[in-house]
Amino acid sequence: MSLPADPLVIADDVALSDSPGQTPPGPDVVVRGRRQLVFRRLRRRKGAMAALVLIVLLWVIAFVGPHIYEAITGWTYANQDFRAFLKPPSAEHWFGTTQIGSDVFAQTMRGLQKSLLIGLLVALISTGLAAIVGAFAGYLGGWTDKVLMWIVDLLLVIPSFLIIAILGREFRDAGWLVLVFLIAGFGWMITARIIRGMTLSLREREFVLAARYSGVGTVGIVFRHLIPNMSSLLIIDATIAVATAIIAESGLSYFGFGVQPPDISLGTLIAEGTRSAFTFPWLFMFAGGLLVLTTLAVSVFGDGLRDALDPNSQRAGGSK
Amino acid sequence: MGRFLLRRLANYLVLILVATTLAYFVASVALNPRVRYEGRNPPPPPAVVEQQLTEYGVNDNDPLLGRYLDWMGGVLTGDFGKTVTGGDINGELGSRAMVSLRLLLVGSILGAIFGILVGVWSAIRQYRFTDRFFTAFSFFFIATPVFFTAVLLKFGALEVNEAAGTTLLYYTGYETPGLDAGFWGSVKDQVAHLILPSLSIALGLVALFSRYQRNAMLDVMGSDFLRTAQAKGLTRRRALYKHGLRTALIPMATLLAFSFGTMAVGATFTETIFGWHGMGEWLVESIRNNDINVTATVSLFTAVFILLSAFLSDVAYALLDPRVRVS
Repeated sequence: MSLPADPLVIADDVALSDSPGQTPPGPDVVVRGRRQLVFRRLRRRKGAMAALVLIVLLWVIAFVGPHIYEAITGWTYANQDFRAFLKPPSAEHWFGTTQIGSDVFAQTMRGLQKSLLIGLLVALISTGLAAIVGAFAGYLGGWTDKVLMWIVDLLLVIPSFLIIAILGREFRDAGWLVLVFLIAGFGWMITARIIRGMTLSLREREFVLAARYSGVGTVGIVFRHLIPNMSSLLIIDATIAVATAIIAESGLSYFGFGVQPPDISLGTLIAEGTRSAFTFPWLFMFAGGLLVLTTLAVSVFGDGLRDALDPNSQRAGGSK
Repeated sequence: MGRFLLRRLANYLVLILVATTLAYFVASVALNPRVRYEGRNPPPPPAVVEQQLTEYGVNDNDPLLGRYLDWMGGVLTGDFGKTVTGGDINGELGSRAMVSLRLLLVGSILGAIFGILVGVWSAIRQYRFTDRFFTAFSFFFIATPVFFTAVLLKFGALEVNEAAGTTLLYYTGYETPGLDAGFWGSVKDQVAHLILPSLSIALGLVALFSRYQRNAMLDVMGSDFLRTAQAKGLTRRRALYKHGLRTALIPMATLLAFSFGTMAVGATFTETIFGWHGMGEWLVESIRNNDINVTATVSLFTAVFILLSAFLSDVAYALLDPRVRVS
């Protein structure tokens, strides 16, 4: 993108300038890199920016909040207030207390930490796996392709909820990281198929051929030339995977197949709160509300990111 | 078209077999029915335990392949084996399948119809209030897990019932036990029980489908053939419905098939929360109770349901897209 002759860059510059239709002045044309363009497009989308701010806030609240809260009220997720059982929200316990006097705010923040971490890790693992499997299958072709795609099809067919539920129960002592790998292990297949399809067309392109003829090995081509060229799709996919993973984790925890005590996630809190959601709504509403807020923010941001990274996509095309 | 559908059907039968087999093996390896006999007081004699486990076909000392073949042979002749407590799976399967199917069918039909309508409507009214409203609606319900929607619906129902002064909407079970109100009375009762659970499933589906349908419709609306249709004298409305909608529905047929799996899992939450004794609830119970045969049976049911809907979506695809029929 170093030449100002790139039609996309010019078109976008025109669209971005304050007076559209006016041709940019000839000699001192400002050439923007792709990254800068993406950021500018993203900044224009108010919904996406609001979502981004919200995501950052959620991380800050989840990880810094408990310390401030402890400084103010003195409660952590682990200790119990034996003078307040099942009390509604108050100045001392912002989100109320549970049956055994645990502080709901501190517990909810603890759960939010875990849910955010699980979402992030699952997204990284599953998107990374999808990129590697898809790119190798598409680039190598032949038997590698056949075997890898057969595995993809097989994993798509088997009842993943059942398998994760059973295996998660099996490894319940191993902690929540196993759960991350299980959820990620069943979440990469469709993306891998898309990546493979894109690789099939990319591998015939000049820059890949040039790299191959100048002696770059298979691994080098896949990691340095193929995967970076699909980065927009991968970023979008990872964003979607965050929301999916958080929902999947909370669903499994809801039935007691996911995060196991003493670990807390939003799912386990919601599961405990559902039983008494009518009589003691604070046990349920804060955890549930934060869960919805998190997934909502992530998906709105992902949507805006898609438009910013891929201006030719349907949505952006319609939004001129 | 016949050959295309037959080939798909054969493909799906193989997939059902693979999915069920895998579910059976994973369940057999991971679940341990022997736990049920441990910790009993007085402890049952080991020989009795062995005999019982073997009788139910879940003894881990018997070869796995043999147990699998026994169970599969039974399934082919319509016998799904015994539960871990010695009950007959066939007896429970019928009533549970009916409960689940009622929920799944009503939920999916409502979800598909309203999802498509909402999507088309938003596309036609792009960037107006309706479109913005439904976009916000879909984002909310795509981001909300079923178990949260279900509880919110329960809250809503409580308010409605209080405002009406009588129980209009039920949120536990699928019928009033021991109700004697004649045929129409019980139909009315069952419908009143069905509303909330189906809504909890349908809302998510409407949200998902409407997004895709909106995109597909916008795609079609900008296409040349639609302009041609208008140029030859069709009104915009006629052109949209006759030429546009049909084309925009084609990708939806595939999406429908993919989303039934998610819906079947979602129904598990719905059943548990609303106290419906269906297949989803059975699956969760069976995993907790180390019940291998029931787990495998429910997996078989889910696989059949998902692939049947995939097959129906193939039929819809073939009906909508003439190119499939020709090739």
